[in-house]
Amino acid sequence: MNATKTTTQLLVLGGGPGGYPAAFLAADLGLEVTLVDAKPNPGGICLFEGCIPSKTLLHVAKLIHEAAQAEKMGVTFGPPSVDLDKLRYFKNGVVGKLTGGLGVLKSKRKVNFVRGRGIIQSPHTVEVDLQEGGKQLIEFEHLIIATGSSPTRLPFLDHSSPHIWDSTNALELREVPRRLLIIGGGYIGMEMGTVYAALGSEVTVVEALGSIIAAADPDLVAPVADRARHIFHELRVDTKVVEVVQQADGLHVRLLGLDIENPQRVYDKILVCVGRQPNSKNIGLENTSVQVDARGFIVTDHQRRTAEPHIFAIGDVTGEPMLAHKATYEGRVAAEVLAGKPSAYDPKCIPAVVFTDPELAWVGITETEALNRNIPFKIAAFPWSAAGRATSLDRNDGLTKMIVDPNDEVILGIGIVGVGAGELIAEGALAIEMGCTVTDLKMTVHAHPTLSETVMESAEVYHGHSAHYMPRKR
Amino acid sequence: MAVVFKLPDLGENIESAEVVNVLVAVGDVIQAEQTIIEVETDKAVTDVPAPIGGKVLELAVAVGDQVAAGQIIATIEDVSAGSTAAGAPSPESAAADRGSTTSSASARAASAADASPADAPPSAPATRGGKISLPEQAAVVTSASDRPVQAAPSVRKFAREIGVDIAAVAGSGPAGRVSIDDVKAHARRTPSGGGRAAPRKALPDFQKWGEIERRSMSNVRKKTALQMESGWQAPHVTLHDKADVTALEQFRQQFKATVEKAGGKLTITAMLLKIVSVALRKFPELNCSIDVSQHEIIYKRYVNVGVAADTDRGLVVPVVLNSDKKTVTELSVELTELATRARQGKLSLEEMTGGTFTITNLGGIGIGHFTPIINDPEVAILGVGRSNYEPVYVDGGFQPRLMMPLSLSFDHRIVDGAGGARFLRWIVEGIQQPLLLAMEG
Repeated sequence: MNATKTTTQLLVLGGGPGGYPAAFLAADLGLEVTLVDAKPNPGGICLFEGCIPSKTLLHVAKLIHEAAQAEKMGVTFGPPSVDLDKLRYFKNGVVGKLTGGLGVLKSKRKVNFVRGRGIIQSPHTVEVDLQEGGKQLIEFEHLIIATGSSPTRLPFLDHSSPHIWDSTNALELREVPRRLLIIGGGYIGMEMGTVYAALGSEVTVVEALGSIIAAADPDLVAPVADRARHIFHELRVDTKVVEVVQQADGLHVRLLGLDIENPQRVYDKILVCVGRQPNSKNIGLENTSVQVDARGFIVTDHQRRTAEPHIFAIGDVTGEPMLAHKATYEGRVAAEVLAGKPSAYDPKCIPAVVFTDPELAWVGITETEALNRNIPFKIAAFPWSAAGRATSLDRNDGLTKMIVDPNDEVILGIGIVGVGAGELIAEGALAIEMGCTVTDLKMTVHAHPTLSETVMESAEVYHGHSAHYMPRKR
Repeated sequence: MAVVFKLPDLGENIESAEVVNVLVAVGDVIQAEQTIIEVETDKAVTDVPAPIGGKVLELAVAVGDQVAAGQIIATIEDVSAGSTAAGAPSPESAAADRGSTTSSASARAASAADASPADAPPSAPATRGGKISLPEQAAVVTSASDRPVQAAPSVRKFAREIGVDIAAVAGSGPAGRVSIDDVKAHARRTPSGGGRAAPRKALPDFQKWGEIERRSMSNVRKKTALQMESGWQAPHVTLHDKADVTALEQFRQQFKATVEKAGGKLTITAMLLKIVSVALRKFPELNCSIDVSQHEIIYKRYVNVGVAADTDRGLVVPVVLNSDKKTVTELSVELTELATRARQGKLSLEEMTGGTFTITNLGGIGIGHFTPIINDPEVAILGVGRSNYEPVYVDGGFQPRLMMPLSLSFDHRIVDGAGGARFLRWIVEGIQQPLLLAMEG
């Protein structure tokens, strides 16, 4: 079948949180834009099968937990009854509302949306395998590659089996397995474990490294690990899955690790959360001079331009951190550069949030990173046991700490663990971007009683005085 | 990973040097800081050390070659950096390199190599066509120091937009925080940073000598001030001459009714606009711009002449696009219309940009010769004075001839005195011998 041919000024390949904001901004800046994605609307993994549905389910998990917690306060709800169909319907509704909204916005901006999978044919053409059937050849003047990433697969597992899940399968919410093994204690594994534990699964998480969420500082991870040990059936670090055999009564799994009494286990489902791979293969990069590095990330400059000066790349496909908000920022840079503005990718920090219970968030450098890179630093930390608002929530399992340059007291990093840490971290990002010192944070009045006071009080701790907390003299 | 090693900057005002000795051969394994070549400038013989150790894959120069700063000298296989995929040296190692060097030449070599890792994307300009015109990558200044610069995002953006390396700006705020004012002050001190060269002298207290009044400048005034200041950076030469416009004035009287019917006013300026436009086509060096940072001249294959207009709001310069392709009648109509709208303050920004040359006429106020200032980024401007009848010695006797003073200012960086003189003479001849336009234009 012959492909129909069209031309466009800017083609954006991939409609995720990098691609759609880039397309929208470029259109607002006066460019003629075509956006190609296989989903029915812009949104990508983030909205369809990532951030948004997982946070919807985590909210439900939080409700279930808080209802149980209320018993201690004299309010008893009784055990929850979960209607999985209704929950799925609600989750899909959230996704539909947001992606449908993006569909309207894209039309209002006159962004030409082509539904299908695009493969780069030459430095100036993309062929789209249309969802509706047939092919469309699009000739572009400029291209932004925003093809994102996919879950990493394990070579010894049969990923076609209905019993082996990745995060996409887990978010489909088809069933609540009785015994669920999660391979990988990173943020996705911990978040999905929290959801399924709340829904009633017996969750086991195994992590090959010595700690879950290894990118964060150990003192911030500790409350998350403590709570996980409480709500999960089992949480094992330094442990690997070495063999999986499917039998009639379930998946027989052999674990390898220190001090495992019974390495042979049986589970109903295995959820693999061992990271994500950039989608740089099978998109036709070989038909261009675009370079990829050893891990498959597209190499770009500070304007997100590839080795082909008219081709840009943004988001997960360009490198770590593989986070939606990083992709969005990059998309903005690429669109502005294309509109002739002297834009550049230069954020001082990118916040990271793990939506476990309690939440864990950090921005700027971590204490571990400062140690490894030999950066001089001082730590000021404020435990939530001394925070009034945390006590009123019966959630003293939190810590706010800052990593400070001792020479000029500039904030280098902030880490927070505790309920709502994901919202609180925004102040840290702003503080770092604006070049705040400890004194700036200390002298900014924070409303009482709020959890945000812990930021102000940790700044006070730095100078040795906090009304509610007297750190031991070091 | 192969690293392309380019000749570092050899010092102020030294653009090229002669290779007098090549000390390594292809295939040699060399150490960092080992001298690869010796070059002779008009000042001295200098060693050029390798920025990194490794195997020499390719030598691009030979004894006797003239080499310029930035020219590729050799390609070196960096064996030590094989494990890093990105290729660019990490900030720490780059800093260490610089710290360990002993001579300033080698420090420059190290920084030159930092700036051009072999696998960095090329800075080729974007494809032509469409609305998208990408700036050169090198044009965007970003900083690559270890700790992020102590400046807010808005300040970093501002610095990028005016071409200032934010890392080089001394911050005046707490903990060295850089403000927008710091960036502005830095730009003013650094001529290459896009700012002005001289810091402003403090003004005296004028009230000591009597009553004063301070008024803020109008927008047009502010714009004109900035525009004149940037134009003034060009080294000006002004040539004065006179053209005999007796015949041209007779022609004007003869045809002004016809042009009026077409909706325009036939003026000497309109006719001069035609002559100058044709002259610009013939003398492209007067129809160009200079790119100092790139050492390039930008020739424009179009002629858009601006005509300065004095209005109640101040000086404005509407531009007549493709003025060389329009007839005198068309130019008269367009000028009349532009002048009317200029007086009404209804010109759009678009109508005042894109000029390649400017004509300014003070004749109406009675001035003879004057020295106009170039309308940056153009390279020349023609001043027109008041025409007067003068006795001209023709064929053994004096005759009353109508003479028009002309003053041409041009940028001596691009146009030499002789070139400017030929251009002005061509215009004078064009005025006196209108057929010249038909013959040469």
